[in-house]
Amino acid sequence: MGREFVYLAVILTIIIIIPFYRVVKGPTLFDRLLGVGAIGTKTLVLICLVGFVYGRIDMFIDITLAYAVLNFIGNIAIAKYFIHPRADSKGSP
Amino acid sequence: MDPLRIISMLVVAAGAFFLLVGSVGIIRLPDFYARTHATSKSDTLGLMLVLAGLAIYEGFDLNSVKLLLVLVFVVLTNPVGAHALARAALKFGLRPTFAGEPRDAGAAELVDAAAANQEEEGS
Repeated sequence: MGREFVYLAVILTIIIIIPFYRVVKGPTLFDRLLGVGAIGTKTLVLICLVGFVYGRIDMFIDITLAYAVLNFIGNIAIAKYFIHPRADSKGSP
Repeated sequence: MDPLRIISMLVVAAGAFFLLVGSVGIIRLPDFYARTHATSKSDTLGLMLVLAGLAIYEGFDLNSVKLLLVLVFVVLTNPVGAHALARAALKFGLRPTFAGEPRDAGAAELVDAAAANQEEEGS
């Protein structure tokens, strides 16, 4: 029944691992934040697929919606926070 | 096999491909502002296709309507988040890398300036 969703979830997990390189290596703060945002977006899809694997999509879809809202709010809040360079050490990434 | 199920699986597989394109773009593109494209366009399209395929698989009921709701929300907010991050980087002073320059030239300048600043403060 849900066999193909298991395969898709495994493939998607491998796809999610790739942006971790940018989070660890990224030359500036903003590259790291971009990687974190990309991981969040793909995790959204993974949660949906896990819901289909377990056959409980009615529960997992609400988790997905909350995760989408939190991902967006976090992105916007951090972007607002880092919009000015720090006063004490100017231009530190 | 149900033809609707095959269609939905094909759409989901296409979406997984576009998510892979977004991941590879985040690694391989040369500059922060270029990487913004990978996460705002490819990822959004991949997520659209995967969620649409799952909604087709589910059929017409409350769950598929909720899936489409998530789809609309993410399609609206994901590019906005990437744009806000790019705007913050531009106001922070991160210079875009131009053609003919090495990878991450603007970021290297910013890192060097920060290191020089720290040395000044230390001495």
